Amino acid sequence: MTARALISVPKTAMRGEIVEIRAMTAHPMETGYRTGLNGTNIPRNIIRRFACTYDGEEVFSADLFPAISANPFIAFTLIATTSGTIEFVWTDDDGKTQTASADITVT
Amino acid sequence: MSGSQPTHGYFRPMPRRQLLAAGIAGLVVISLPRRALSRPSLEEAIRIFTGGAEVLDGRVRLELPPLVENGNAVGVTVTAESPMTATDHVRRIGVFNEKNPEANVAVFHLGPRSGRAQVSTRIRLATSQTVVAVAEMSDGSFWSSRASAIVTLAACIEDLT
Amino acid sequence: MRILCGVAAIFVVLTCHIAAADGIEDEDRRSGFDFMAPETRALQSDDTSNPGMLWVLQGEQLWQQAEGQAEIACSGCHGDASRTMHGVAARYPAYDEATGRPIDLAGRINSCRATRQRAEPLAPESDALLALTTYVAHQSRGMRVMPAADPRLAPFRENGRRLFQSRIGQLDLSCASCHDDNWGKRLGGAPIPQAHPNGYPLYRLEWQAVGSLQRRLRNCMIGVRAEPFAFGAPELVDLELYLTERGSGLPIETPAVRP
Repeated sequence: MTARALISVPKTAMRGEIVEIRAMTAHPMETGYRTGLNGTNIPRNIIRRFACTYDGEEVFSADLFPAISANPFIAFTLIATTSGTIEFVWTDDDGKTQTASADITVT
Repeated sequence: MSGSQPTHGYFRPMPRRQLLAAGIAGLVVISLPRRALSRPSLEEAIRIFTGGAEVLDGRVRLELPPLVENGNAVGVTVTAESPMTATDHVRRIGVFNEKNPEANVAVFHLGPRSGRAQVSTRIRLATSQTVVAVAEMSDGSFWSSRASAIVTLAACIEDLT
Repeated sequence: MRILCGVAAIFVVLTCHIAAADGIEDEDRRSGFDFMAPETRALQSDDTSNPGMLWVLQGEQLWQQAEGQAEIACSGCHGDASRTMHGVAARYPAYDEATGRPIDLAGRINSCRATRQRAEPLAPESDALLALTTYVAHQSRGMRVMPAADPRLAPFRENGRRLFQSRIGQLDLSCASCHDDNWGKRLGGAPIPQAHPNGYPLYRLEWQAVGSLQRRLRNCMIGVRAEPFAFGAPELVDLELYLTERGSGLPIETPAVRP
């Protein structure tokens, strides 16, 4: 399976500036409440947790439930403090993770 | 995430022929609505989030479209009034619903490095209902805002079973 | 004089009716985008929020991935898709010399896999096939739908038109009953669009995924309680071909978002 995450992080920012971050990953967010074509239950399979680290420190996270749409999208803000890497981790019910990262230059 | 197979809605009435089916299939049919009915109410879910603390109206804005074309992806934005400093910031924002099979939608963890207390996401609404956002401030107080959405259903859906 | 006016009125009504029976007037032609709620439009219009872009991203990776016994990638022959695939989706389905029939974009990708890459075909509606098709079609975004002019396509397009106008299923409805005769009105809570192909493959909120035009056509057939044609059936390709003519001039939106 190819990696499928779309993230939006500004390439550059002024120190102290508030920047908007958007993150979306491909995932069915299967609720566990649906039935398949033969009437059997489709087992739950969702992203449970999303976390964002900036320069090694966790700066934002989210606990997600089945009411989050498929291909979960989350937008939030951060203060641009220093040039470095912003990393994203999505963790599913089985503990499997999907990651993505982007560099930001702060002047 | 194959696009072709599972086609049922998020929370839908059971097909009649399943209701008629006996045995294990019947048990599954019976257990599903019960599971859904046994969810905590909106107020109970909020109480679990706050640990029973008082929830005040205000300081939070929940944006939700009043009329929704498809309940599978409803854009929501929650904004809380806060200076977002080390001593005065929003710690958590919880989003809860009234009528989905589970009351929780998401809990966002923020801090002084967030700069602004604002998050957006897309949520599922099984039917027309109320959604509540609750913000926990660093002083331990809770503030909330609620909004309702009417969810319309498409006439031509793929799955008719 | 009154009689003359009456005859003229009937003539006008009749000619309008004949024109309308053959589809939608050029000046009335509108993408499904125009029938959506502002929130759904916003979802499509911003690439950082459009979930269909996840398939474009995957398609971009697959484009460069060597496949089959030939161990060659799409890019091995076609190079930079932004250049070589620009405009391709706008003129598909095209005439396929090998089969003597029209072939749609997904069909072409699978035919390329078989003959060039010597690889197994990708299953209809599989993520990989949708991703590649979406990626290729995305290279034409903003271009106008411009049906292939090959005269050998004419009988197939005509068959597509016939299918579009044929009443089917337990509800005894044709595609035209809704999308030529009643577009703009509402069915339940939802507006009836004109049924144009310019956004496909597209992300449908109902599907919670990207799907093909063939999936949508089958969806409609199920809706009128008819037995749907199988994926890849010649009838579906003929319908696609007719829809391309019917929607000519509309901008390609792939990946569009629809409710």
